[in-house]
Amino acid sequence: MNKQGNTYTILYASVMVIIVAALLAVVSVSLKPMQQANIEIDKKKQILSSVNLAPTTQNAVELYSKYITDSYVVDAQGAKVEGADAFTVDVASEVKKANEERQLPVFVAQLDNGDVKYILPMYGAGLWGPIWGYIAVDADGNTIYGSYFAHQGETPGLGAEIENPTFQQQFIGKHLFVEGEMKPVAVMKVGQKPLNGAEYVDAVSGGTITSKGVQDMIENSLLPYNVFLKSIVK
Amino acid sequence: MKNKEILLGPLSKNNPVIVQVLGICSALAVTSKLEPSIVMAISVIAVVALANVVISLLRNTIPNSIRIIVQLVVVAALVIIVDQVLKAFAYDVSKQLSVFVGLIITNCIVMGRLEAFALSHGPWESFLDGVGNGLGYGLILVIVGFFRELLGSGTLLGFQVIPQAFYELGYMNNGLMILPPMALIVVACIIWVHRSYNKDLQEK
Repeated sequence: MNKQGNTYTILYASVMVIIVAALLAVVSVSLKPMQQANIEIDKKKQILSSVNLAPTTQNAVELYSKYITDSYVVDAQGAKVEGADAFTVDVASEVKKANEERQLPVFVAQLDNGDVKYILPMYGAGLWGPIWGYIAVDADGNTIYGSYFAHQGETPGLGAEIENPTFQQQFIGKHLFVEGEMKPVAVMKVGQKPLNGAEYVDAVSGGTITSKGVQDMIENSLLPYNVFLKSIVK
Repeated sequence: MKNKEILLGPLSKNNPVIVQVLGICSALAVTSKLEPSIVMAISVIAVVALANVVISLLRNTIPNSIRIIVQLVVVAALVIIVDQVLKAFAYDVSKQLSVFVGLIITNCIVMGRLEAFALSHGPWESFLDGVGNGLGYGLILVIVGFFRELLGSGTLLGFQVIPQAFYELGYMNNGLMILPPMALIVVACIIWVHRSYNKDLQEK
């Protein structure tokens, strides 16, 4: 057969595409369960990180079942939603809905010393792609106990610094409520202060848009928890 | 060409980055820290070597008019498989690399080696050529990443290297180092040093 002819070329291209497509399909399907398991372990790791535990991939599942004693979904009125699993709620699509329609997952952690922390998930947009995180709040529903931030593709050394513990530790001890009104922690350039009187942390230098994204994410994701957070104060 | 020359040539006199000036875009994007530079280097070595072997095996069957497309499909399929395997067995590494794995498809070195070498050589030579060029690329990436992380963040692989005492004396990290333009300038400095050692590379 003439190797430079049209028939050969078309046949070659078709066969190649079919083989490659089949190969990729096989790879994708056969690796899916392992990838799903990894994603779940990773999520448990992230949740645990927000209460300042240091889980590894190996012990994340064990630590999660030890420390996360309860998890449930609430609505914007602070009432529990029956039959919803907090772990499988897709926060990414929830944050796009109006506050009243959202399903708001809450993870309850009980630490070694008996302290109870409420872990709230967040999701937003950075410069290049999505960013997400978890904020752990003390039993007073106000003081931040720990935070965890992650991103998909922010610039290393710049926006990606939100993953850095030094950025995340700034949130510890900040308050979500100022004089009884919910004003989530702002992320400001060094030397600036938020106009609404909220507490604030320093932004990442060189990562202005990512920092702004973190602030928007905190605001958008946490404001619907307003009623819930007020209700947990005994 | 001897096999040894095929493997080691791209490390210096035939370096894809500083002599052929290929793959510059990813050298800018991933080198602000040392760690992604290293992982990117390893991934590129794997992809170039494997793609070279596959194309070399197919070289007598590929119709000339669609050879670039065939090369692209092979490279893209390999990169996706690498990405999927990383996600299944090395999830932490794959999270770190995120978009960089996909960027390998667009790395000119991969296509350049397929076109220039694998289409006209046997699988073993092509494999060596791929490893050699991957190493040559990785070497530059690691050097650039080393200087940018050291001078830009004062750390190496995330560990603090520059002692706190320096900062107390008024030393400051150079913020410009972590911005992309400095990657170009560092690469230019490497080219400068390299050419002053290898006078035969200097243009008249």
